[in-house]
Amino acid sequence: MSSAFSAINTVQRLPHASVSQENPSVSPLRSFLPFLGSTHKLRPKSLHKNGASIRRQSSIVAVSDVVKEKKTKSSSCLPNLLITKQEGLVLYEDMILGRAFEDMCAQMYYRGKMFGFVHLYNGQEAVSTGFIKQLKKEDCVVSTYRDHVHALSKGVPARAVMSELFGKTTGCCRGQGGSMHMFSGEHNVLGGFAFIGEGIPVATGAAFTSKYKREVLKEADCDHVTIAFFGDGTANNGQFFECLNMAALWKLPIIFVVENNLWAIGMSHLRATSDPQIYKKGPAFGMPGVHVDGMDVLKVREVAQEAVARARRGDGPTLVECETYRFRGHSLADPDELRDPAEKAHYATRDPITALKKYMIQNNLVEEVELKAIEKKIDEVVEEAVEFAEASPVPVRSQLLENVFADPKGFGIAPDGRYRCEDPKFTEGTAHV
Amino acid sequence: MASIFQAVGAATALSSSNSFDSKKFYLSSRKSVSERKGSIFVVRSDGRMNSGRVGKLVTNAVATKADSAAASTASKPGHELLLFEALREGLEEEMDRDPRVCVMGEDVGHYGGSYKVTKGLAPKYGDLRVLDTPIAENSFTGMAIGAAMTGLRPIVEGMNMGFLLLAFNQISNNCGMLHYTSGGQFTIPVVIRGPGGVGRQLGAEHSQRLESYFQSIPGIQMVACSTPYNAKGLMKAAIRSENPVILFEHVLLYNLKERIPDEEYICNLEEAEMVRPGEHITILTYSRMRYHVMQAAKTLVNKGYDPEVIDIRSLKPFDLHTIGNSVKKTHRVLIVEECMRTGGIGASLTAAITENFHDYLDAPIVCLSSQDVPTPYAGTLEEFTIVQPAQIVTAVEQLCQQ
Repeated sequence: MSSAFSAINTVQRLPHASVSQENPSVSPLRSFLPFLGSTHKLRPKSLHKNGASIRRQSSIVAVSDVVKEKKTKSSSCLPNLLITKQEGLVLYEDMILGRAFEDMCAQMYYRGKMFGFVHLYNGQEAVSTGFIKQLKKEDCVVSTYRDHVHALSKGVPARAVMSELFGKTTGCCRGQGGSMHMFSGEHNVLGGFAFIGEGIPVATGAAFTSKYKREVLKEADCDHVTIAFFGDGTANNGQFFECLNMAALWKLPIIFVVENNLWAIGMSHLRATSDPQIYKKGPAFGMPGVHVDGMDVLKVREVAQEAVARARRGDGPTLVECETYRFRGHSLADPDELRDPAEKAHYATRDPITALKKYMIQNNLVEEVELKAIEKKIDEVVEEAVEFAEASPVPVRSQLLENVFADPKGFGIAPDGRYRCEDPKFTEGTAHV
Repeated sequence: MASIFQAVGAATALSSSNSFDSKKFYLSSRKSVSERKGSIFVVRSDGRMNSGRVGKLVTNAVATKADSAAASTASKPGHELLLFEALREGLEEEMDRDPRVCVMGEDVGHYGGSYKVTKGLAPKYGDLRVLDTPIAENSFTGMAIGAAMTGLRPIVEGMNMGFLLLAFNQISNNCGMLHYTSGGQFTIPVVIRGPGGVGRQLGAEHSQRLESYFQSIPGIQMVACSTPYNAKGLMKAAIRSENPVILFEHVLLYNLKERIPDEEYICNLEEAEMVRPGEHITILTYSRMRYHVMQAAKTLVNKGYDPEVIDIRSLKPFDLHTIGNSVKKTHRVLIVEECMRTGGIGASLTAAITENFHDYLDAPIVCLSSQDVPTPYAGTLEEFTIVQPAQIVTAVEQLCQQ
């Protein structure tokens, strides 16, 4: 447990120029340099001159690798495996679900079954699965506009998410939220937030509640953790910095997970960010900053376990930068013409699902036929979700005014002295508000 | 940061102290709106800065109806306090009542709030319940929303209401809309409050009336307090509401003094307040302009007019019952507000009255608002920016001639 974070602390304490020399730990990302694909070409030359990009490459420390090494040494008599079969199957199923669901969304979008901006998660599954599968139901997840898969990982049924996308009453938000606003009170999905950064303060608030419950309301057993997911583009937004500060200041049980997919729509991370190593911003605020290969669910999972445990113990927040890649355009409306085909091809070879499959089969954890069975099962789940969404009713007019106010007295008092919400037109949804 | 000492300027801002009908205890039923012609509590500005008025209670400064005349505060039950103390009393009672109620904002804790509304609360309830936040309006407002979604009932103090422009995204997208977009799964019982309005030469940025910006956010209620009595009652009601509520306070009203009941009471968030019943014209106002109106009313009464003055108090939604009854009686409407003219509360009120009570109007609605200029620093120019009592007198005279 503590070993991983002592490694993180090492990262934290070392002046960044010396990281590469003093910390010879394995850099999983070195092997596939240039790991930023083609985007290094976009980088201003001056940065190359001062060696920033070199530091970028050399100081990447996947803490999970350090942990793995130590574990291996300490338990050499046991097989050198990171997961049990059962754990592996859970991860595999969740990633397959995410992938299959999103592929189905694309189909349904092009068939005119859903509208608006639909942002798909393909390629990033290892992050959602790696983190959220370490959470309890009471733990909270705050997401972005790319939120379908976070909701699925957290346990929201695929049919409820699909139905929401179809704009139906059986959707997880009754058809009132849509692709970018997935919520689940039951599963503590505190929302997809469509604007950059706005979910981070909300997540910080949820973490504040955990602390408040423990210290003010004396609910000693409240060890709920909150995870805020957001992208590399958000890491340049003020709310990110403001909340890192507050979370560290009050030692809130929160994990800031950056899904660095290298692109903010068409803005390369390197063109937007003075120091592209986002995880290094954690130590600046007094919290561990961890960099992890976001295409490797086992590494993500290992970091997640440690960060979640740390938050649960009351030791405070962690910033985790997961380097990942989206296999599709920013949204289904994005022709994705800007990114270099070579870069896309490079990351396609690092598909997190294929990697997990390979790992499990090579280590004789599973037979391929078992994985096939999961794929088949998930295909059925997703098919069923579509059928369910298709068959569900669209919202009728009476739903229009139902959730504007939690207390409908907020609509005010009518000329006749009664509360307006008592007017039948409010239940019919025909009132003018 | 706004000067915390400006509030003492209230003494001069309210150049005449006014008495007005105050409210009875918590009105359990809407029906009682028209029945309230209760006893009078005398409100005076705090006279510490002006020796001429120290301790001098100008009772019944405005000629009122016979049934509300000649009140003696000394013999009344209750206790006398300043508006900021009334807000604090309301806060404290609710914090005692419900451990989920907490306060967050800049300098609300150890410093006691820049206008002392939260003074003494941090020592009593601890640093977590009265949370001093870093200067990060958008983030701590969002944090309050996240806390509310997960079971707390936070009160966010904007040190100056204008600072909440930096939190506009959280207030609009999340406070206002999230209950709806979540399909009703999450509620946001947040109170956002703080000092606003045109103070004493605070300059443009510290002299804003944000009600015009906030009024088109769906899912939010807005109230403006104007007396110690309604400040406490509205604060308590806002905290208890399941809806997000923005409570507007005015920098120049914090030192108003009033005797308020010892017994617990809360005000109705949706109700307007009848300040002075009358027959000739309906004057709708709120917050500090209530006092400019009452000053004008004194002159008007001396000139033989009998204006009805209503403090609309609920800026969103409007109390169309109280307003409508008045319009049906007087057939003339003057709106006096400190808000900006374009897209302000007065503009919305005008539209609402026209829509609902057009047939009862004998003259077009007149709306006196602030000038659409950045509030100037210079005292002379600042005075020209906001509505002055003389303008109100002239407007009433003209309206009543029609």
